[in-house]
Amino acid sequence: MHSLVPLVVALPLLASAVLVALGRHVPRPGPDVVAIATAAATSVLCVLLAYAARDHDLVYWFGGWRPAHGIALGIDFDVDFASACVAALASVVATASLVFSWHYFDEVGVLFHALVLVFLAAMTGFALSGDLFNLFVFLELMSVVAVALTAYGDEPGPLQGALSFAVLNGIGAFFVLTGIGLVYARTGALNLEQVGRALEHRRPDGLVVVAFALIVCGFLTKAGIVPFHFWLSDAYAVAPAPVCAIFAGVMSDLGLHAAGRVYWSGFAGALASHEAGLRAVLVALGCASALLGGAMAFLQRDLKRMIAFVTVSQLGVGLVGIGLLKAVALGGSTLVVLSGGLLRAAALLAVGLVISVTGVGDELRGRGMGRRLPLTGIVVALAAIGLTGLPPFGTHAGRALVESGAPGGYGWLPVVLTVASILTSAALLRAAGRVFLGWGASSDSILGPQHVSAEDEEPRQRPRSPVLLVPAVVLLLLGLGLSLYPSVADQTTSAAARVVDHRAHAAEVLAGGPLTATRVDSDTFGATSLVSGIVSAVGAVALALLTLRLRRVSDLPGLLLVRPLKALHSGVVGDYVAWLVFGVALVGALFAFLLR
Amino acid sequence: MSYLPYALAAWLFLVGLYGVVTSRNLIHLVVCLAVVQSSTYVLLLAIGYVEGGTAPIFNGIPLGKKTVDPVVQALTLTDVVVSVTTMALLLAIAVEVHKRTGTLDPDELREVRG
Repeated sequence: MHSLVPLVVALPLLASAVLVALGRHVPRPGPDVVAIATAAATSVLCVLLAYAARDHDLVYWFGGWRPAHGIALGIDFDVDFASACVAALASVVATASLVFSWHYFDEVGVLFHALVLVFLAAMTGFALSGDLFNLFVFLELMSVVAVALTAYGDEPGPLQGALSFAVLNGIGAFFVLTGIGLVYARTGALNLEQVGRALEHRRPDGLVVVAFALIVCGFLTKAGIVPFHFWLSDAYAVAPAPVCAIFAGVMSDLGLHAAGRVYWSGFAGALASHEAGLRAVLVALGCASALLGGAMAFLQRDLKRMIAFVTVSQLGVGLVGIGLLKAVALGGSTLVVLSGGLLRAAALLAVGLVISVTGVGDELRGRGMGRRLPLTGIVVALAAIGLTGLPPFGTHAGRALVESGAPGGYGWLPVVLTVASILTSAALLRAAGRVFLGWGASSDSILGPQHVSAEDEEPRQRPRSPVLLVPAVVLLLLGLGLSLYPSVADQTTSAAARVVDHRAHAAEVLAGGPLTATRVDSDTFGATSLVSGIVSAVGAVALALLTLRLRRVSDLPGLLLVRPLKALHSGVVGDYVAWLVFGVALVGALFAFLLR
Repeated sequence: MSYLPYALAAWLFLVGLYGVVTSRNLIHLVVCLAVVQSSTYVLLLAIGYVEGGTAPIFNGIPLGKKTVDPVVQALTLTDVVVSVTTMALLLAIAVEVHKRTGTLDPDELREVRG
């Protein structure tokens, strides 16, 4: 099983090289078939790895450079259950996206397939890497490929989005690299577990706190956590739908995953005495993302941009799960990431189908245009319901675990998460009602002017192969059904418990230490989680119906408060960088104040 | 060991960020980003510097001779490769922006906002 570990990166990389070299000489379905087969094979490999890693980590040392006397000279892939699951999510969504793009683009060069495969390799490598510098390299590889994919198209809009994407992620990565440099200066190590061991024995001083702040802020920029999220909505809005599905489904989640991994493996020992302060900062950031993402999603008319803000909101919930610094909540965060990622990708592919058939990806201009696509409408609506966490579907199990991990003093957390999920899902349901049923008005001042790039295309109706809907339906069923899989909650919390027990984890990786088969039973979801799931679902449907009944969002009371929020998202890259720097300074100052 | 290289790295990072935030020209913005990235080269090399150390080439030098840290040099080299890729991509985007819109001012690129 160990020998399979490097294949999940090597296979897509090799296939993409072969495609670039030979793809031009092969007629059209050839490259599609190769790309889809590679991505599907990678998915199978990742699922196998997740299965093998359910009780203990698979640690693969490249070139056989195993650690000697607890010192890691080589570079490793540390496959724990959560990492393997996130890698599996990446490859499943990439497969779905490749199947979708087969019929989505009228003409697509072989470079598109090659880029998606490199993107997949970067994502799986990033998910599995147990070495700080390799995390940075895969992060940059992921960004570069993703920027190229964003700009795939011939309008000015994609270029603006791609530019913000490249600049903001570049700066985020430099923050990460500076932090890594500082960590190396202190510990002389790049392996995460060894860093953790070296830092554990001393009180955390300024250097450690600054390094931690820089690394975390860099990864949260990738994840699109408020106030680092500005690039995300612009880039997602302009990327082609199949690419956007990968972004919304997995790429952001990977940033969150890396932040959790770096904390538990590298810094948990050093910062153990400051858990309360750290928890306050991370949960506050998570709640801000959940609420702001929800509010902004509700104020969008561009469907892809709406899902981008849904992503921001959901990742806020994921960050809350990580930030509570408890095994149960960490397991919940993994589940939220997995089921939410599948559902968002499904919704995005369904939206892509609407764009492909009607030429319009805008809620107001597309009013009633989706009447001929009832199945697509059902996919969007079910994905929205799944995202509310209606028991027992979709994100329910994940959110229940996150909420049950809240310690005393965080009793208000379920309320915040419920409000956020009402807003996000109401936005999707409202859009679905307007596009697929023709309800509501066709103008709405608060939703703002239309983006120029979308106006170029004239509305049209053209027949599309029904195959286009298949990947969205598969992702939807996986996302909705994940919570129903028996013992999935136990499995993720047990895996999280092994990560949280960082000393045993370090021993396992560095010395091949005793296997720590921790078992946590998590089947005691409290009544609160049932209530918050049901309230979210009912609230979202009610809010969506109310808005459509009132005909305009502008008629809702209390909108004066949220109007300035839209103005903040100015589309200017300089403003976004300023927000990024402000966020890093804020987090750094809070850490300096709370973690000394 | 002097603190000067660290101060220089911090200065390069900040001055580059200031340039990115205030830039009115995409080419200028990309170069400012390169300045931010070069601060990481300075930082990494400063971390690995050893007083009186020679280059870490172990062929033909006596055993036990002091050398600077080869790991950070490898990291810096990788960082340079990453940087070239990013810069090439960003400059290509800037060229395309100019072709399609006739401007290089990021403030005029506002199709997507709100």
